[in-house]
Amino acid sequence: METDLNSQDRKDLDKFIKFFALKTVQVIVQARLGEKICTRSSSSPTGSDWFNLAIKDIPEVTHEAKKALAGQLPAVGRSMCVEISLKTSEGDSMELEIWCLEMNEKCDKEIKVSYAVYNRLSLLLKSLLAITRVTPAYRLSRKQGHEYVILYRIYFGEVQLNGLGEGFQTVRVGTVGTPVGTITLSCAYRINLAFMSTRHFERTPPIMGIIIDHFVDRPYPSSSPMHPCNYRTTSEDTGVTYPSVEDSQEVCTTSFSTSPPSQCVFTVTKAHFQTPPPVVTDTLRVPMAGLAFSHQPAALGVGSADLAYPVVFAAGLNATHPHQLMVPGKEGGVPLAPNQPAHGTQADQERVATCTPSDGAHCAATPSSSEDTETVSNSSEGRASPHDVLETIFVRKVGAFVNKPINQVTLTSLDIPFAMFAPKNLELEDADPMVNPPDSPETTSPLQGSLLSDGSSGGSSGNTQDDFVMIDFKPAFSKDDILPMDLGTFYREFQNPPQLSSLSIDIGAQSMAEDLDSLPEKLAVHEKNVREFDAFVETLQ
Amino acid sequence: MSSWPVYGDWRLLTSRRVWATGYKMNCRSEVLEVSVEGRQVEEAMLAVLHTVLLHRSTGKFHYKKEGTYSIGTVGTQDVDCDFIDFTYVRVSSEELDRALRKVVGEFRDALRNSGGDGLGQMSLEFYQKKKSRWPFSDECIPWEVWTVKVHVVALATEQERQICREKVGEKLCEKIINIVEVMNRHEYLPKMPTQSELDNVFDTGLRDVQPYLYKISFQITDALGSSVTTTMRRLIKDTLAL
Repeated sequence: METDLNSQDRKDLDKFIKFFALKTVQVIVQARLGEKICTRSSSSPTGSDWFNLAIKDIPEVTHEAKKALAGQLPAVGRSMCVEISLKTSEGDSMELEIWCLEMNEKCDKEIKVSYAVYNRLSLLLKSLLAITRVTPAYRLSRKQGHEYVILYRIYFGEVQLNGLGEGFQTVRVGTVGTPVGTITLSCAYRINLAFMSTRHFERTPPIMGIIIDHFVDRPYPSSSPMHPCNYRTTSEDTGVTYPSVEDSQEVCTTSFSTSPPSQCVFTVTKAHFQTPPPVVTDTLRVPMAGLAFSHQPAALGVGSADLAYPVVFAAGLNATHPHQLMVPGKEGGVPLAPNQPAHGTQADQERVATCTPSDGAHCAATPSSSEDTETVSNSSEGRASPHDVLETIFVRKVGAFVNKPINQVTLTSLDIPFAMFAPKNLELEDADPMVNPPDSPETTSPLQGSLLSDGSSGGSSGNTQDDFVMIDFKPAFSKDDILPMDLGTFYREFQNPPQLSSLSIDIGAQSMAEDLDSLPEKLAVHEKNVREFDAFVETLQ
Repeated sequence: MSSWPVYGDWRLLTSRRVWATGYKMNCRSEVLEVSVEGRQVEEAMLAVLHTVLLHRSTGKFHYKKEGTYSIGTVGTQDVDCDFIDFTYVRVSSEELDRALRKVVGEFRDALRNSGGDGLGQMSLEFYQKKKSRWPFSDECIPWEVWTVKVHVVALATEQERQICREKVGEKLCEKIINIVEVMNRHEYLPKMPTQSELDNVFDTGLRDVQPYLYKISFQITDALGSSVTTTMRRLIKDTLAL
């Protein structure tokens, strides 16, 4: 057996280690975003899924990781570290975890690079997926929001564990031996917080005395700026366009051979996508903006496109990648983004494609009504992006359910991202479907009809509501991650159902009259087809 | 890659491999124990089973000519538990999830109906099939067995239940770390099969992923401590005679 690695093996090994490092960072950061991660299995190999795992690549994270690595690979004394820390709304911060990807000198010369090393790296990534949900920081990151956020920082070099406080614990995720050294992945995490239940931490802001190493200056020579795990404060990044991820689209078409086990045919081809699909790139740019539990409308005031992100994100991915990142709680597959500035048409097509059957009744409403933005803004209230985000957006200076003439609501003065898409017919009371229900709508179910004319346009006609401003609505016993339409949104949506069109006098009478008129014709038609009906009934028996 | 051994060496290699295989056929056995409240049984078992299967599943194999094959992609998803402060990762395969939920549901019902001390265990066994000539049936040779022992406790107050939620969550975190530790030892795994042998090593019945052949069974221990075997065999494809 050869002991020296031939050049092809060496190249392959370096590539594996590089992409393993990048994927490791992706897994860790995505696990701290505060959302459930979901990717799809695909039975046919796509060629772009490294280690046969569907792990999405967030371009910003890849960019940061590459910046930290600067073309190097983890080696002895040079480890790649991902630091996860917590920052409160008052500005205090604290390191929670350090994930280290290290290389030591212990070599395994016998192992087959293209086969065993690859599979073991894949197994190690699976272990990482499991372990990232198990450290104390996970539960903290799931609850991040207006009280604190989780930040990440990537650095390369020596591991620095000083910031973790005393008595930190270590968990080893796994090791993989290679002919050039043994790769080790481990995590050191602070346990001070372990004694405080996560609920306690939420309720009371950290008291200065307890956490001693709050204001430790970071003496790291290679200190890189912290990045939020939820992309909330990426003010510096909003203008930056990240290079489309050419490298991670380097196709890894591994084929393995089963004819005598020592003979492995392994091909790694580079397939540079000529034109990276614009939808994917752009939407991935700030992919999680909408998923952040942010209560600051300002963060989302960049434009209506932001709110579209979670949806377009899923839609874009669906079209261009076989695996989609779904956030089940937010039902990212539901198409309801208002017009996106640049990618309207493309996203429109994909929108329909990703309409999930469980939303059957609502889906019918949304795609066809691009001009009926009231529908869109209304049903979006009902569904995707974190509902608490939308709650704040729909805080109006006038009470949410106020029964005031619509033209008093000056949309321009409101900080609503949808403002530019707010239907023009909102400004005219006459065109308001709430005030004047549409004439016998052609294809409607009663449910659809009520949704079309509900809510965001203002109070329902005929209901007198007191003025109040609804800021945050968290109904008791509700959870926000099970169904797309949770209790809060359900309650809001059905709080003010419109009048049944058949009950309003003129329309009701009108349609009733029409019905009565058309009765004789209908009867005549039915009588003609009596034979068919009888035959049908017989088949049922 | 490396040079091919000549015929003489090849024979030597073969015999050594056979011996090595036989030696490693000792089945690896891991035991985990959890104490949970009745309503937590299902989620705790699913968390453990899914974590093990995450590590023991690959993408679907697609064989091409010349004996090479490529592997499909495995997706993952997070699952939040309702009765435990815990989230686990499972393979994105609805079929697999359904199969596990079914057998875990049966285990939970059996536990509930046993009326005993609430002691039971589930076993997840990975095995290889070895074809025998007629009239002998195929052998199932286990190479790894995971046993999860469950002790069901009954709690009186809501406060105890709340504490239990957190405690069991922490315990499960420890179990996941234990599982990952075992997986990381890179001990014996069946070697990658040729196309004709694929069904002897992997469960090819699922649409989107390919776990190693496995079967799940459970036992309930009654009040007297003797085991009342309520064994459920999970039938894999069309095999398993008798």
